[in-house]
Amino acid sequence: MSAHAETHGAHPPVANRSSRVDSRLLGIYLFIASEVMLFGSFFSAYFFARVAVPHEEWPPHPYELPVYLALLNTIILVSSSFTMHWALQSIKRNNRAGLIAGLAITFGLGLTFLLIQAREYTRIGFSPHDLAFGTTFFGLTGLHGCHVFLGLTLLGIALVRSIRGHYGPSAHDHLGVEIPGIYWHFVDVMWIVVYTTVYVI
Amino acid sequence: MRNPVRTEAEAFSFVIAVLALFLAVALVGILLNGWAALVAFVVLAPIIGYRYFRSDPKVVEPAVWDRSRDADGRHRILVVANETVAGRSLRDEVVRRAHEGDAEVLVVTPALNTRIRHWTSDEDTARTAAQIRLDESLAALSKDGIDARGTVGDDDPIQAIEDSLRMFPADEIVVSTHPPGRSNWLEHGIVERASERFDLPITHVVVDLEAEAETSRTA
Repeated sequence: MSAHAETHGAHPPVANRSSRVDSRLLGIYLFIASEVMLFGSFFSAYFFARVAVPHEEWPPHPYELPVYLALLNTIILVSSSFTMHWALQSIKRNNRAGLIAGLAITFGLGLTFLLIQAREYTRIGFSPHDLAFGTTFFGLTGLHGCHVFLGLTLLGIALVRSIRGHYGPSAHDHLGVEIPGIYWHFVDVMWIVVYTTVYVI
Repeated sequence: MRNPVRTEAEAFSFVIAVLALFLAVALVGILLNGWAALVAFVVLAPIIGYRYFRSDPKVVEPAVWDRSRDADGRHRILVVANETVAGRSLRDEVVRRAHEGDAEVLVVTPALNTRIRHWTSDEDTARTAAQIRLDESLAALSKDGIDARGTVGDDDPIQAIEDSLRMFPADEIVVSTHPPGRSNWLEHGIVERASERFDLPITHVVVDLEAEAETSRTA
């Protein structure tokens, strides 16, 4: 029987334990941090164009944005966050059917979002080279669309794995769903900001 | 403080907070104009952000550290104490529990710090003081024949427990505080918050250092 303290000698002190997170979680933290900065640069360009370029109205005449179609897309994407959360809660309770259903619905909602956005692009009546407005609009929404696509890819992998019987109720066993879930919510948060700033205000 | 990307559940609550914020901003923008929406954002974002980040997560997430739980049959006790770490009554409680079976004890001493020192990362003094108290406690436990080790933890005791559980798969937690009226931890509801946060049995030990000092003087 012995007692000893975890001390350090002639070397740097040990890292604060708060920083000892799972390396895969740390990876997604850093990735999301870089994504926030990337979106930040696109938002900066958008607000610069909006404030610095003298237009009496925004969007500049004669362009119009499909606000209600984008609202429908917002509802779809926000709903997908709820189904994603349901999927995670299901596997934590060892409910595999709930996990598969939640992931499948989330995937379906995300795909619907992308298809609606693609349809919006084809009928919107302006293109990326129409003023700074067009460039920043397509830049922001397109960047977000790319993230939805990436999120769908991750969700698709998680869905296939869950159908094949992977994942379990303990945290270590469903990290493969947890991480895409965190990413999906990040994508959702970004869309809420994009929709409010670009379409509504 | 909450971390919105720590778990999916945390990220989901963050989505709800952001949704509430931007719903309000959008409403102001629709009813007034873009500049008013900007003002609403500047006003509401710190309020909603403060409420979100300072609230305790409601979801207990034991499984994050559950995977490190060993199956060697040893009973693991996590002891969390700061100024009371060398208290006689805490030591007696730990010894009593440890002698009930083959037990392993980890003593965590949060490095309590002032707010300004915390934000400026000036932790050295606090950690040194905590380490001295911890060493005294471990020496006393060693004399009592307890297999104990110790570490200095985060200055937030809840965070210190969570961090420790990632490395030490405890079966129970013992939280030691000063008596009611003199305990900062009790005022902040540390024991209740720990019970809500961690899915483990929690024992609260009250250590009256003044009474113990008086007793030892008269003895």
